Amino acid sequence: MTQSTEAAPSAAGAPRTLFAKVWDAHVVAQEPDAPALLYIDLHLVHEVTSPQAFAGLRARGMRVRRPERTVATVDHSIPTLPGGVAAADELAAAQIARMEENAKREGIRFYGPESPARGIVHVIGPELGFTQPGMTVVCGDSHTSTHGAFGALAFGIGTSEVEHVLASQCLLQRRPGVFEVRLTGRRPEGVTAKDIVLALLARIGVGGGTGHVFEYTGEGVRSLGMEERMTICNMSIEGGARAGMMAPDDTTFEYVAGREFAPKGEAWDRALARWRTLPSDAGAAFDRAVTIDLSALTPMITFGTNPGMGLPIAAPVPSPESLPDATQRAALRKALDYMALEAGRPLLGRPVDVVFIGSCTNGRITDLRQAASVLRGRRVAPTVRVLVVPGSRAVARQAEAEGLDRVFLNAGAEWRGAGCSMCIAMNGDQLAPGQYAVSTSNRNFEGRQGKGGRTFLASPLTAAASAVTGRITDARELGAKGGLS
Amino acid sequence: MKGFTRCTSRVVPLLVDNIDTDQIIPARFLKVTDKLGLGDNLFADWRYGPDGKPRADFILNDAAVKGAGILLAGDNFGCGSSREHAPWALTGFGFRAVISTSFADIFSNNALKNGLLPVRLAAEDYRRVVALAAADPGAELTIDLPSQTVELPGGGRCSFPIDAFARTCLTEGVDELGYILKFAPAIEAYEITAGRE
Repeated sequence: MTQSTEAAPSAAGAPRTLFAKVWDAHVVAQEPDAPALLYIDLHLVHEVTSPQAFAGLRARGMRVRRPERTVATVDHSIPTLPGGVAAADELAAAQIARMEENAKREGIRFYGPESPARGIVHVIGPELGFTQPGMTVVCGDSHTSTHGAFGALAFGIGTSEVEHVLASQCLLQRRPGVFEVRLTGRRPEGVTAKDIVLALLARIGVGGGTGHVFEYTGEGVRSLGMEERMTICNMSIEGGARAGMMAPDDTTFEYVAGREFAPKGEAWDRALARWRTLPSDAGAAFDRAVTIDLSALTPMITFGTNPGMGLPIAAPVPSPESLPDATQRAALRKALDYMALEAGRPLLGRPVDVVFIGSCTNGRITDLRQAASVLRGRRVAPTVRVLVVPGSRAVARQAEAEGLDRVFLNAGAEWRGAGCSMCIAMNGDQLAPGQYAVSTSNRNFEGRQGKGGRTFLASPLTAAASAVTGRITDARELGAKGGLS
Repeated sequence: MKGFTRCTSRVVPLLVDNIDTDQIIPARFLKVTDKLGLGDNLFADWRYGPDGKPRADFILNDAAVKGAGILLAGDNFGCGSSREHAPWALTGFGFRAVISTSFADIFSNNALKNGLLPVRLAAEDYRRVVALAAADPGAELTIDLPSQTVELPGGGRCSFPIDAFARTCLTEGVDELGYILKFAPAIEAYEITAGRE
């Protein structure tokens, strides 16, 4: 994939944000009073949100405009047990088959059930080098925000918009505001990227970023590895921001270099020169801003039914009576009822039934290494079912090469095939009604991990430590130091 | 695309903040390859008990709201997943508009493409509508898109903002993809000059 648009300074030479540079370079047309027509460099497609879009395209007698800029896989409903598609229920199997038919008919690169490169769409995009700095990336999936970790403008779209991009390689978009999330200070041991983003969400709430794109800035970003950056950008959508972006730097370039679809040779040199112009200019103005002091953070966990309902792991669950507003009190009461939790007591020590380690948030190799660092030489509590689900088959191979699968299996955890699995509970991996899970995924909505299931969102370290004790546990008590890169 | 000009209906109050798309249509109902029939599963986990029977205490199961076209929901409606199945389920049930104080961005985009109007009211106006619905559950409101107003029984009115382009698309039935495709020459030119050929 190539792109040669220069992120040139605006005519007036006014300082611009990373977002503005990427946006401006992709505006194909802009009529007065209409949204901008934005060119899309990379369109990721999966089985659940695309069949109606392909059908719409066919009904218009149209073909995919740029199949080579379109990449498809199956992740949401794919079974993670041995047997592959044969183990899928009838509806899931039909969706998977439809994805394959559509990809074949349109000449789209397809990472199907048997492909060794298959995985969660937001894991394989970066892994294969499709995701690159300065690109516009879309997918019919809200966690497309993940790819913003590379300095791409990446956001989730609906199925009608999937059809628009298939047909035209463009989207109509209103220019959002830019919300600076400044990460300062040095994080303590045992504090991970997941804790950082849960702390942000607890601060601004699930609607705090609506109408905006987050740009994460500050020295706190520079010290993060790429997979940690992906974890944070991934959950930007949980704050209502469609996208989260981080300026590309040497960490980014080192990650992208040499990957299958990354530019090579002279094309790489040209790309690199272009990518180095992307970071926000000094003095660029943001529409809103918040600062998170990493040195003040501890491991975070959610207690409620949206990702903004989080707290430091040792803090007591808040009481509805402590809130000033009647609507907020009602919302908290409803959440605590669903979770069957008592206000005023911390979650630490609370028994759990299931631990899920995986997803596009925390299913990459560094996440599995962190979980394994806690589980190595230990056994999971006999009362807990533990699923470890790699984000892609490449992640699985790497983990197996490092012996992490043995660590998990020896501890008594299940080592599964790649997929979205229990994050969205479409493939048979799900909680039973009333069960409690510590999950490294991204959403604790009612029923998200299975009807009636109750989710505590946390880092892979917290999840693994809780697996060992069978209770919500601060991994630092087990000597975990992960999180420092 | 389905258009929208005016809608007169009683409102169905569901006054919960941050209703996410997993509540609007749980993921297990997304294993479909068309858009039809999702209305039966709208708010499935709030609407049906563990035995699969409609729960008498859930508003959508109240016979009096049958045929209602306006949902009155809490703040930040439609947060979470990008699933367009959410507006498909809402329109499948018969809703033509949702009134709230704010909407999640992707939901709002998806709704507009399906003729489902997100009506964003200022907090004060929203409270008036909530009070009205509580005092007289059968009271009918009229949402008029061309004038961007909600007409209350007894003559009150409140206005709501909407993107001018989205309003034109809805009132004139403009097909967004048709609009985009008018720019085919500009798209081709962009691909050449910006190195996307």
